[in-house]
Amino acid sequence: MRVITYREALREAMREEMLRDGRVIIIGEDIDAYGGTYAVTKGLAEEFGRDRVRDTPLAEGVIAGAAVGAAMSGLRPVAEIMTINFSLLASDQIINTAAKVRYMFGGQTNVPVVFRMPAGGGAQRGAQHSQMLEAMYAHIPGLKVVMPATPYDAKGMLKSAIRDEDPVLLIEHELLYGVRGEVPDLGEEYTVPLNRGDIKREGTDVTLVTFSRALHLCLQAAEELAHEGISAEVVDLRSIRPLDLDLVLDSVKKTNRAVIVEEGWKYYGTGQGIAAMIYEYGFDDLDAPIGHVTGVDAPAPYAKNLEKAVFPSYTDIVAAVKKITPVRSGR
Amino acid sequence: MVIRDLTLAGLKKEQLLNLHYTMLLMRHFEEKAAEGYTLGKIGGFLHLYTGQEAVGSGVNLALEQNDVVISSYREHGHALAKGVDPNALMAELYGRASGVSKGRGGSMHIFSKEHKLFGGYAIVAAQLPIACGYALSAKLLKENFVTVVYFGDGAVDEGAFHEALNLAQVWQLPVVFVCENNLYSMGMAVERAWAVSSLEPRAKAYAMDYEQVNGMNVLDVYQTAQKAVKRARETSMPTLIEAKTYRFRGHSMADPSSYRSKEEAEKWKQTSDPIVLFENALREAGIANNDDFKKNDDRALQIATKAVEFADKSPMPELQSLTEDIMVDPTGAIAWRRPR
Ligand SMILES: Cc1ncc(C[n+]2csc(CCOP(=O)(O)OP(=O)(O)O)c2C)c(N)n1
Ligand SMILES: [Mg+2]
Repeated sequence: MRVITYREALREAMREEMLRDGRVIIIGEDIDAYGGTYAVTKGLAEEFGRDRVRDTPLAEGVIAGAAVGAAMSGLRPVAEIMTINFSLLASDQIINTAAKVRYMFGGQTNVPVVFRMPAGGGAQRGAQHSQMLEAMYAHIPGLKVVMPATPYDAKGMLKSAIRDEDPVLLIEHELLYGVRGEVPDLGEEYTVPLNRGDIKREGTDVTLVTFSRALHLCLQAAEELAHEGISAEVVDLRSIRPLDLDLVLDSVKKTNRAVIVEEGWKYYGTGQGIAAMIYEYGFDDLDAPIGHVTGVDAPAPYAKNLEKAVFPSYTDIVAAVKKITPVRSGR
Repeated sequence: MVIRDLTLAGLKKEQLLNLHYTMLLMRHFEEKAAEGYTLGKIGGFLHLYTGQEAVGSGVNLALEQNDVVISSYREHGHALAKGVDPNALMAELYGRASGVSKGRGGSMHIFSKEHKLFGGYAIVAAQLPIACGYALSAKLLKENFVTVVYFGDGAVDEGAFHEALNLAQVWQLPVVFVCENNLYSMGMAVERAWAVSSLEPRAKAYAMDYEQVNGMNVLDVYQTAQKAVKRARETSMPTLIEAKTYRFRGHSMADPSSYRSKEEAEKWKQTSDPIVLFENALREAGIANNDDFKKNDDRALQIATKAVEFADKSPMPELQSLTEDIMVDPTGAIAWRRPR
């Protein structure tokens, strides 16, 4: 095992898949000359040539559409959308084409495309640059939406996404690129499936259900809770659609309590969808109402103090857990 | 020797020196903002206008107070030209309650109702269709204002640019589209992004009047804008102006600038600094001298310095303001509970 950053893990995944399969190409804004907005694609144009690593004009609609068309006709495109906020300009092709064509053309065509994009806030980038929006895509049948939170998962899931026959949105987080973690040595081939969550910390008293950067807040909260005698299990969904519901339900069966933690907005979002499924399929296992820690129901403000207040912190998680979890005596 | 009643581009000495001052204010303001960013007082993204001052100040001089300006995230210069208070502008960059947008917007989202500076937008090209809407209001409500919208060479590649130009032409909207072609959209060189070498064919494609201008020459910019503004005001017809310019700094403060050579940037700074070029023109015409320039420089630096002091001592926004102003109707918030 080595320790590398999330950014490097993504780069390695693309590099290895490009070496393995000559049909894999990367297109996107500022992936070459600029060095990659978040430096994920750095060096790939030099290594694989500018036929396969293509800077595009500033036009998300055609990036998405061309990636979808290329995927339908034999290439395996990885389209980098600079951030999920700009994916709204690409969303027509993602939602109306990528997610639909296989079905509406009677199963005659596939769309093996990957859209990579960071989501999230926390760097004072303001209302138009700090959104999560994964729930919008996860709402759509015909798309896979995965959100790895560690370098290991990022590399393994991006490799799986590139090999997948269906359209996959791999949603990164602007504040995860520098996060370091253990990843198998180069040459040690591995992938992570797109339909499996992962228990990132075992516990017995309460289940924290989370994904993306909020995972790291949950791990911090779990550590704090352990000092206070509460044992929290942290379930990293890794994939939002498909959702590893059994992993969540099995954990809730054990702990009888759940707190869902996400950075995005509360209403009609990913967390509420998961809560509804826990209530629907695991109601009898619950000893308390499900807790839900989210971003404040407001656009992201710029000012430092306001931004700090808009996104959830690990102390919010600790408080939400304590609200529904009695501290057992004798520990 | 300075002769009192000389003019350039139809402008008198006082007007010309005001124009010079505006450009210097932009220059010093942005340098102070860069310092604030380096000190960690300004966060997020910071895109500076340095090098492009002639465009915003030249166009603005062709406007009346009632005219509307809409822009991108690179809008500090446009705001200063439109008369936005440098203190409130810097306070916005600092994320303070006294900022133009109450600290909620930041550098990319400047808006001043009072000055009809209607927004810095951070989704590239979004401002062009929005400008069409403002121009439609001007037309239908018979308010005789002209709308100017600024955008970059990258924005031209978005569908929104094409949709907006076509609509403005078929609906005969009083809008002036000003493309500040600074040769790069982030790291994408314009010659790699565009299939054409100027915007003329794109304007032609929508049967729109087109003007290309040296965006480093403030008087050329002014005179070009004058024509376009007049056309909009008198005939309600749009114009596409392409101002050729160069940003002296990186795309944003986070830009490593690896896509262009230091020599290229140096050459532009040495030979095409719009402030230096304007000073040369004023000097050669015998209209103003170095003393005049120095006075403006001192004043601009002093105003920019004061703006930093003001911003720095302004309070942060109150925490309760986090959920204010989301909508006009507070019961529009989701899951609003009836008072019982
Ligand atoms: C729709 C959209 N895509 C991408 C971005 C990221 N982005 C911000 S500015 C920029 C370059 C814009 O270049 P240009 O239009 O030439 O304006 P300039 O920055 O040179 O003033 C990019 C790609 C964005 N903000 N919005
Ligand atoms: Mg540009």
